[in-house]
Amino acid sequence: MTEAPDRLTLEGITKRFGPFCANNDVNLQIAEHSIHAILGENGAGKSTLMNIIYGLYTPDAGRILSRGREVTISDPREAMALGIGMVHQHFKQVNTMSVVENVVLGLPGKQILDLGEDRRRVSEMAAELGSAIDPDQLMSTLPIGQQQRVEILKMLYREADLLILDEPTSVLTPNEIESFFKLLRQLRDSGRTILLITHKLDEVMDLSDRVTVMRQGRVEAELEISDTTPRELARVMVGRDVVFDVAHTKPRVGAPVLEVEGISAVDDRGVQALHNLSLKVRGGEILGIVGIDGNGQRELAEAVVGLRELTGGTISISGTDTKSYGPNERKHKLKVGYVPEDRQKVGLDLDSDISLNMVLRGYRQAPYSNFGLMDYARIRTHAEDLAKRYDVRMRGVSQRVRDLSGGNQQKIILAREIEDDPKVLVVSQPTKGLDVGAIEFVQRTLLSQRDEGAGILYISSELDELLLVADRLAVIFKGRIVGELPASEATPEKLGLLMTGRDIHEQG
Amino acid sequence: MNRGDVRSSAAQTDSETQFQARLLGIIRIVFLLKTVWAVIAALLLGAILILLAGGDPLEGYSALFRGAFADYWGIGDTLVRMSPLLLAGLAVIIPLRAGLFNIGAEGQIYIGALFATIAALYLPEYLPGLVRIVLCIIVGALGGALWATIPGLLKAYRGTNEIITSLLLSYVAVNLIGAVLHMWLIEPGAPYPYSREVPEEVILPIFLPRTQAHVGIMISWIAALVVAVMFWKTTLGQSIQVVGHNKHAAAYAGLNVKRLTVLSFALGGSMGGLAGVFEVLGLKYRLFDHFSPGYGMQGIIVAFLAALNPIGAIFAAIFLGGLQVGAGAMQRATGIDTTMVAALQGLVVLCVALGLALKFHPDRWQRRIVAWRSSR
Repeated sequence: MTEAPDRLTLEGITKRFGPFCANNDVNLQIAEHSIHAILGENGAGKSTLMNIIYGLYTPDAGRILSRGREVTISDPREAMALGIGMVHQHFKQVNTMSVVENVVLGLPGKQILDLGEDRRRVSEMAAELGSAIDPDQLMSTLPIGQQQRVEILKMLYREADLLILDEPTSVLTPNEIESFFKLLRQLRDSGRTILLITHKLDEVMDLSDRVTVMRQGRVEAELEISDTTPRELARVMVGRDVVFDVAHTKPRVGAPVLEVEGISAVDDRGVQALHNLSLKVRGGEILGIVGIDGNGQRELAEAVVGLRELTGGTISISGTDTKSYGPNERKHKLKVGYVPEDRQKVGLDLDSDISLNMVLRGYRQAPYSNFGLMDYARIRTHAEDLAKRYDVRMRGVSQRVRDLSGGNQQKIILAREIEDDPKVLVVSQPTKGLDVGAIEFVQRTLLSQRDEGAGILYISSELDELLLVADRLAVIFKGRIVGELPASEATPEKLGLLMTGRDIHEQG
Repeated sequence: MNRGDVRSSAAQTDSETQFQARLLGIIRIVFLLKTVWAVIAALLLGAILILLAGGDPLEGYSALFRGAFADYWGIGDTLVRMSPLLLAGLAVIIPLRAGLFNIGAEGQIYIGALFATIAALYLPEYLPGLVRIVLCIIVGALGGALWATIPGLLKAYRGTNEIITSLLLSYVAVNLIGAVLHMWLIEPGAPYPYSREVPEEVILPIFLPRTQAHVGIMISWIAALVVAVMFWKTTLGQSIQVVGHNKHAAAYAGLNVKRLTVLSFALGGSMGGLAGVFEVLGLKYRLFDHFSPGYGMQGIIVAFLAALNPIGAIFAAIFLGGLQVGAGAMQRATGIDTTMVAALQGLVVLCVALGLALKFHPDRWQRRIVAWRSSR
C-alpha cells in the first residue's frame, strides 16, 4: 500500500498573473482513495490551483504527476482522460433539459441519440449513490442538492475517479449537507479520490483525511486531520490567532427601538409571506431570527427597512410609526441600516466603483451632493477613509466592486450601513460565503454596534452563528414567529423542532 | 526534483513580467479604440463595394470628404444634417443609460415638430419674436417628452416591453401628423400635405451666412453638453445610471425606479422633440408630411457609435451627417451612386456591432501572452 504512487502529485507549481503570483511553488500529494481538503481564505489561490489541475490554466513552472507519471494537462478534455472531474461552485447545467440529457451532454461518439441505455445506467448509478433521481426529470425542477448530485453523476459517468469539488456546500441547506457528506464518504470507500476546496473549518474536520492549508498563494501546511485541531487550522489559514468565541458580554438593554406589531405582507409572486407577525428589538440587543430559508425572512427584513409594503399591522422605529416613511427616510431619518441577504444583486451596484457604493444610499444628500450636484471629491475621500478603517482590500476606490472578493464586498456594505450610527440594524445572512477571517470581522463589528446601543435584527440560517452572536432568538416558520427564547436557553434541538413548525411545549 | 529550475526562472521573470504587463496595456488601449477600428474597417469594406461597382474608392472617398468637410457650404450642410442626428442620438442615449431602449425617437421628433408648428402659428403676434421662439422650443420639447412618456409609463407600471411600444408609437406619430395636416394645418391649395409657413419672427437665425446653418445646431451642442454634465456631475444622472446597472440595488438605495424609468424616457423624448422643433423653425419653416428621412432610427447608430457618451455623440453625428452630405458630392464627381452611402452606413453599424462582441478579457490575453513568450 505504501509503495503505491499518489493519485496526483503537484511539484513546485507556480502561476503568475502579471505581477501577481496566484500560486507560488505549490507542492501537493493526494493519496488514492482519500478525501483531501484544500483549505484557505478567499483569494488564497485555491481556485487557481484547481483550474491548473483541470487544465483551464497552464502553470508557469512545476510538474504534475498522475499516479507517478508526469503529465501535461492543457484542457479539461485531457483532465477528463486522466480521470479528473470537476464540480464547479456554480453548476454547468442546462436547466431546460432532463437529467439524463444533461449527463450525456458533450459525450463524444454518437450520431443518433438513443438515451435508453443511458437512462438505465443513470438511474442505476443514482441508486448506487443512494438517491432516487428520475432520469427524465427536468433539471430546473430538481432541488439544488439534487442538481449537485447530477453534476457528480456526470463526472462519474465519464469515469472520473478524482473529483474536484469547489465549495460544494455553499449552495446546500444544513440538512442537505449531512447527506452530501455521507455521499462523499461513500464515494471514497468505493475507490474514488476526492479533492475538496473549502474555506469552512468544520467541513474539513468532519470529512477529510488530509488537509492542505493555503495562504497567499503558498502552501502553509499539509496535515493529517487526526493530528490537528480547528484552532490550529484557523491559525495557519489566517496567519494569526482567530478568536472563535467573539467576546460576548452581557447586553445592556435599553428601550425598544423596533416594534413590529401584527404585520402581514405578500412575496414577489403575491402569495402571503408574513402572517400577523410581531416582534420587538430593544436597543443594545441582538435578536436572532432562526428559520429554514424561505419562511418569510426576506419579506420581514424588507418590510422593516421599507422596501416591501405591508398589507396589515404596524412597524414602529424608536417610537415613530413608519407608515409614511420610505426606505430613504428610514435610513436617514430613523437610522435604519440594512445589510441585505443578496449582497451582489441588492446590496451593491457591482458596475459602479467602490467610492459610489460607499455612499450608495446617501449620495443624494449633503455632504455628498449639494443642490443636485455630486461632490465626487468628497465621496472619494469618504470612501478612502472607510476602506482603510474597514480594511477593504482593493487597488483603489475607483475599482469596480464587481472585481472584489465576497468578503471585501460585504465590508463595503457594513461600512456604509454602520457608518452613520444606526439605531436599528437589519442584517440578513451577513456571513454567507465568507471565510473565517471575514466572518469574525463581521460578527465583531455587529457586536460592537450592539454595545453602542443599536438594536440588531440578525437573520440567518446558520444556527451556530446565531447561537454565538444573538442575545435572544425567535424562530420564524411560514411567516409567523413560532417561538422565542433567550440564547442561553436555546439548543439546536429545541430550535430544530420549532423550525419545522412544532411546538416545544407539545413535545413536553 | 527540479526545484532549482523554478528558482532561476523566477529570478529572470522580473523584466519579462514588466514587458508582459506593458504588452497587456497596449492591447487594452487597442480594445478601447475599437469603434475607430470598426469605422475604418467599414470604410475598407465600402472601398471593396465601390471597386465592385466600377468606381475608384480613393477618388470616391476624397470627393465625399471634400464635399462634406472641406468646403464652406459643405460644412454648413453637414452641420444642418448633424443637428437632428445628434439630438436623436441623445434621445437614445439617456434612456439607454437607464437600461431602456428608446427605439421611437422618430415619433418624438414628429410630435415635437407638430407642437412647435402649432405654437409658431398660433402664439399671439404681440409677443416678441425671441419669446415666441423660446416658447416654441419649450412646447416642442414637451411634446417629444410627452410622447416618450407613454412607453415609459407602460414600462414602469405595466412591465410592457419598451422596445415594442416606443417603436410602434413612431408609426402612430407619423400618421397622426399626416392626419392633423390633412384635417387642420394644411396650407389651402397645397399640392401635398404641408402646413402654412411659420411667421418670420419665429424663424431661427442663421449663424453661417449664405448657408442653412441655423442656431438650432448650436442649441443641439449645448444639449449634448447639458446631458454630459448631467451624467458626470448630477445626482439625477448618477441615479439614472444606478437604475441602468441594477434595479434591485437602485430600489435598495432608496431610488424611485418607476419614476426614474418614466423620467429618463421623457428626457430622451424631449431631445427628439427638439430635433423636430429645429427642423421646422430652422430649416423647412413649415411642417411637412414625412419630413424626417429616418433621423430617429439613425439616432440609434449615433448612440452606439458614441458608446453612449453624449460628447462622443457630437462626433458620431458629424461623421454620419458628413457621410450623408458627401454622398451627393461623391456622385457628382465620380458617378458612384449616393445609395453607396446607405450601404456604408450599414457597414458601419455592422462593424461597430461586431466590435461590441469583442470584449477585453485581461486574463485570456495574459494567458496568450505567456504562451507566446514561453514558446519562443
